[in-house]
Amino acid sequence: MGESSINFAKASSAALQDQQLRGNFRRAMDGLMSKRAVQFADTAEWNGVRALGASVRLRALSKLPELLEKLEANCTRNGIQVHWAATTDEANAIVLSIMQRVNAKLVVKGKSMVSEEMHLNAFLEKRGIECLESDLGEYIVQLDEAMPSHIIMPAIHMNTKQIAHLFKQKIKEAEYTEDVAQLTDLARRVLRKKFATADVGVSGVNMAVAETGTLCLVENEGNGRMSTTVPPVHIAVMGLEKVVEKLEDVPPVISLLTRSATAQPITTYVNMISSPRKEGEKDGPDEIHLVILDNGRSGIYADEELRNTLRCIRCGACMNHCPVYTKVGGHAYQAPYPGPIGSILMPQVEGLEKRGELPHACTMCNACVEICPVKIPIVEIMGRLRSEAVHPGDAVRGAGSHASKAEAMVWKGWSMTYASPLAYQFATALLAKLGNAAPTSLPLLKEWTNVRTKPRFANRTLHALAREKGIPDV
Amino acid sequence: MSESRNAILGKLRAGRDAHPLTPPESDFAVLRNKRWDGAERLERIKRMMEAVHTEFLETTEADWPADVQAFLTAQGTRNLLFGPATEVGARLSSAWTDGGPELIPYADRVETFKERLFDGIDAGITTTLGAIADTGSLIVWPTPEEPRLMSLVPHMHLALLRADALYDTFWQAMTENRWADGMPTNALLISGPSKTADIEQTLAYGVHGPKRLVVVIVR
Repeated sequence: MGESSINFAKASSAALQDQQLRGNFRRAMDGLMSKRAVQFADTAEWNGVRALGASVRLRALSKLPELLEKLEANCTRNGIQVHWAATTDEANAIVLSIMQRVNAKLVVKGKSMVSEEMHLNAFLEKRGIECLESDLGEYIVQLDEAMPSHIIMPAIHMNTKQIAHLFKQKIKEAEYTEDVAQLTDLARRVLRKKFATADVGVSGVNMAVAETGTLCLVENEGNGRMSTTVPPVHIAVMGLEKVVEKLEDVPPVISLLTRSATAQPITTYVNMISSPRKEGEKDGPDEIHLVILDNGRSGIYADEELRNTLRCIRCGACMNHCPVYTKVGGHAYQAPYPGPIGSILMPQVEGLEKRGELPHACTMCNACVEICPVKIPIVEIMGRLRSEAVHPGDAVRGAGSHASKAEAMVWKGWSMTYASPLAYQFATALLAKLGNAAPTSLPLLKEWTNVRTKPRFANRTLHALAREKGIPDV
Repeated sequence: MSESRNAILGKLRAGRDAHPLTPPESDFAVLRNKRWDGAERLERIKRMMEAVHTEFLETTEADWPADVQAFLTAQGTRNLLFGPATEVGARLSSAWTDGGPELIPYADRVETFKERLFDGIDAGITTTLGAIADTGSLIVWPTPEEPRLMSLVPHMHLALLRADALYDTFWQAMTENRWADGMPTNALLISGPSKTADIEQTLAYGVHGPKRLVVVIVR
C-alpha cells in the first residue's frame, strides 16, 4: 500500500458505512469480551497473575541486551542459528538467502505478525517463491488478497457466507457450502499436501527463553507444529522484545495470553522448540534459524515511557475492548497492527509523519488499559505521541511533523486569554454577544460541528450573573 | 550480519544505561497456590478436556493393549502408528491379536514414508509425561523412539496417561522436574484435538492436526 493512501479518517468513515462489516465485528467482539470476562472472573487471581506477567515482561526489558545475548548463546549451543536484522529489509534478505541456499520453491507459514510487518509474502513471491499461509484465518485472508484485520483472528471481518464464496471462487476442488466443518475440512485437505511437500516452514515466536534457548509457540490448529516440524528447514522470526529470562516465566505469560486473546484457559498446543533434529531423531527440521528483528524497537526502548510499548505479548484484547476498533474494524488502520496497540506501535516503528494520525484514533476511555494483561499504559503513550507529533524532538521518528501554525496560535491565544482576567472577560463577553451568530462552517469549528451540534452560548457570562448576585470578581 | 547485531545490542545497552529500569519482584504465589486434591485433579482434567472434545478411555496396566485394540476395532480404524522401540511399543505389539488394525512402526526417518504418513494413517499412539489440572493439558516430550509427528499427523491421537502422573499447574510440572536443566528438542502441551474458530468464530475440530484426541487413562 502506498504511503499517500494511508488515511485513517477516510478509511474509518467508509468502514462505518459498511453495515455488513459492522455486524461481523459487533458479533465477534461482544462474544470475545464476555468470554474473556468469564476467564478472569476471580479478581484476586487476575490481579496476581497480571502482576506476575507484568513483572516478567519488565524484568525481561530491564536486562534486554544481556538476555538477547544469552538467548543467542543458548540457541547456538542447541544448534539453532541466530541472525540479527536492524530493518525489515535486512530480515527479508536473511530469509531469502537461506531459502536460496536450500533452493526453496514452496514455503508454509505459521501465523506470524512480524512476517506481516516485513511484508514477507509479497517479498518472496516477487522472487518466485510460493509462500502459503497455513493458519486458517491467514489462509482465508491470503486467498482474498487482503490484510489481516485482527492480530489473533485475521479473518474476523468476514462472515461464513463471504468465506464460502471465496473458497468456491479460489479453490479448484471446492463445492459451495456454508457448513463451517466442511469449509475447514477443505482447507485441511488442500494444506496437508502443502505441509508434506514444503521446503521451508516459517513461524513467529510468542516467547523466546534466554535461559534454555527455547522458542515457544501457542496455537490451536496444529499448523504451527506442522510448519515447524515437517519441512527440512524452519525459520522463526521474532521482534527483539519477545525474550523472557527464565523458563518458569513462560507459564504465567501463556496463561495471560491465551485467556486474554481467545478466552481459552490454554490453546490446544503449546509448542516449545529447543533444537533442530538431533542424531537418531526421526523427524523435525535439520536446520532452525532464528531471525531477531529490531525495526525501530531499539529506538522505542531508549525512551523510558515509550519503552512500555515493548511489554506487549500480542494478545489483541485491547482491540476487542476498544470502542474505536470494534466499530471501524482492523482494515481502517491500514497497518499490520491495528487497534490501541497498533495506534501506539505503528507511529513509533514507521514514524509520525506516516502514522501520526493513529494516536488520535482513541477516545482515551482507558478500556484497553484496564484489560491489558501486562498493564501497558496505552492511553498515556497515546497522549505522549499526540504531543510528539506536534513538537520537534528526537524521541520518535517524525516528531513535530504534524505541527500546524494555526493550531499553535489557537493554543497560544487560549493560554494568553486564560492568563489575563481582562482578556478573559473581553473574550467571554464577545462570545456571549457574537458566539451564536458564528456560522458552523467556520474553519476549525467545522471539524467539530460536522458531526455534532454547535453549543449555544448563554447571552450573559457566568461572571456577569455572579456579580448580579453580589459575588465580586476576585 | 554481526554488524547489525553489535549495532542493535549497542543501542539497547545505551538506552537502558541512560534510563535503567527496576522491575517489581516476580511473585509466583498465584501459581504456587493453585492446588487440587488427588481425585479432583483427574476430574478437572477430564472436565476441561472433554469441554474441547477430548475423549477418554479408562483402563488398567494389565488390560490397556487389549482395550486399545478393541476400541480401535470398534471405531473402524484401519491402522495404528506406534513406536516399536519403547516399552509401550513392545507391550502393544506382543499383545496385539490378529484381525485388529494394522500396527505400523515409526522405525525410520520420516523421509522414508512421508507420503504414507500424510495420506494413509488413521491413528497414532504415544506416551505422555503426565497431565495438568489447571488447564487440562497433556505433557508430551517426543523422543527418537516416539517422534514428533506421531501426535500430529494421524487423524486420531491416542495418548497414554498414567493416572498417578498428575500436576496442578504447568509451572509446577516444569519446576519440580527441573525442565530448565535440559530441554528436549521439542516439548509439548496438548489440550485437545486440533481446532479453529477462524470462520466466524464457529468452532470446528480437526483443521490441521488430529481430528480426535483419545486419552487412555491407565490405572
